Amino acid sequence: MERMNNRKPDELRPVTMKVGILGRADGSAMVRLGNTVAIAAVYGPRELHPKHLQDNTKAILQCNYAMAPFSTIERARPGPSRRSIEISKVTREALEPALFLEEFPRAVIDVYIIVTQANAGTRTAGINAASLALADAGVSMRGLVTAVAAGKIGDEFVLDLEGEEEEQSSCDLPIAYMPNEKKFTLLQMDGDLPKEDVEKVIKLAVKGCEILYEKQRAALREKWIKEEI
Amino acid sequence: MKENKKFVLPGELIVDSIDFLPGKNCYRMGNGIYSKRIGLVYTKGRVVEVVPLSGVYTPEVGDMIIGEVKEVQYSGWVIDINSPYSAFLPLSGIREYIDPAKTDLSRIYSPGDMIYGKVSIVSALKTVQISMQDPRARKLRGGRIVKITSVKVPRLIGKQGSMINLIKEKTGCKIIVGQNGLIWIDGGNIDLAVSAIKEVEEKSHTDGLTNHIERMLGGTNKKIEKAYEQEDLEEDEEDNYIEVGDENGKNEQ
Repeated sequence: MERMNNRKPDELRPVTMKVGILGRADGSAMVRLGNTVAIAAVYGPRELHPKHLQDNTKAILQCNYAMAPFSTIERARPGPSRRSIEISKVTREALEPALFLEEFPRAVIDVYIIVTQANAGTRTAGINAASLALADAGVSMRGLVTAVAAGKIGDEFVLDLEGEEEEQSSCDLPIAYMPNEKKFTLLQMDGDLPKEDVEKVIKLAVKGCEILYEKQRAALREKWIKEEI
Repeated sequence: MKENKKFVLPGELIVDSIDFLPGKNCYRMGNGIYSKRIGLVYTKGRVVEVVPLSGVYTPEVGDMIIGEVKEVQYSGWVIDINSPYSAFLPLSGIREYIDPAKTDLSRIYSPGDMIYGKVSIVSALKTVQISMQDPRARKLRGGRIVKITSVKVPRLIGKQGSMINLIKEKTGCKIIVGQNGLIWIDGGNIDLAVSAIKEVEEKSHTDGLTNHIERMLGGTNKKIEKAYEQEDLEEDEEDNYIEVGDENGKNEQ
């Protein structure tokens, strides 16, 4: 099957990752996959107000996912929507297992994700960027979190669907994965998929995550490797 | 102490052996020891430790830190210590005996004051207490406060204080470095000291940094002289102006 931009079924879109792009944030990162770009900023751990939200046993993680008004062809109305609230929640749940939140009782870690260009796969790009930003901020982590979607177009299993492909696909399945522990922290699915295909699609996505994991590590090294002297 | 200084990322395997123990910023999974943060690996005997390259200040008992008085309460002061947790300085933590019923506590420390104190208690819930009952502890009057990342404080101090003493010597400033990344500078050439500190923070990873700073401070000595000359000139101009004014005055007479 011919894919857009001459991609192979198991090929990712061109990836660029940059760490430490925002001067004011404690940690920040940008992730680009084709025409999808997400920027993440991390602030904290810091004191949490109002006090009644504090947890005496661990830090709480607050994630905020938003799309820039100019990120899509039709203007995206700013402010929280049903969709952005859901993605904020699943992003938080995808990142939480990777963090040692118990090291900072009563504190908060704020993660802000902005999608500046959207062409499918924004939640996964957001999770990749947030994970890099958390590492950059020096938050204790069990490991990086990597995310990518896989799906099915016709009879073909494809990795990292872009906008137009998503419209043709019968299924789109984003995952978040911790490559060093081989654990899943996010599994969602849009559309229909026969039971016997689920495992194949997940395996394809895991393969994509492993490639992205290396890219993430390279991006972190690029910023911090000068320290290795 | 063996230094291998390997660079690691979060989740990266450091050693795959049961013979070692995970120290600071490390965790064990199976037989392996993994890093929790971006940092450099140090091995002390059997203990593996990661010295982080980024992150916030977490208070530890015995640290000498600089804090800002935020609030005055009945039994003490709330101090901002540049950390996720604010600290409390109780009445029992100061040298003098004070009867809170008779004394206005804000006469001792009031909001906005900077203090240099010692972390005396850190509880499991991260409630932090400060004590001023240390010979080094004091209130910081005047001067300027500079903030750097707390993980870079050891580099700013240098081996046996080599770096900080160099800056003190070359700039003629009084400098106090808090473990929490706040630095108090007073007297001497403050601007030069600030730029040297910022330089150390920026280039903390490079080799021969002390020499670099020495060159930077030594090299700018001429600049300082020039700056003084400039000031002298300006003063002269002012003198001239006054003289003119005097003359004018005389003329009016």
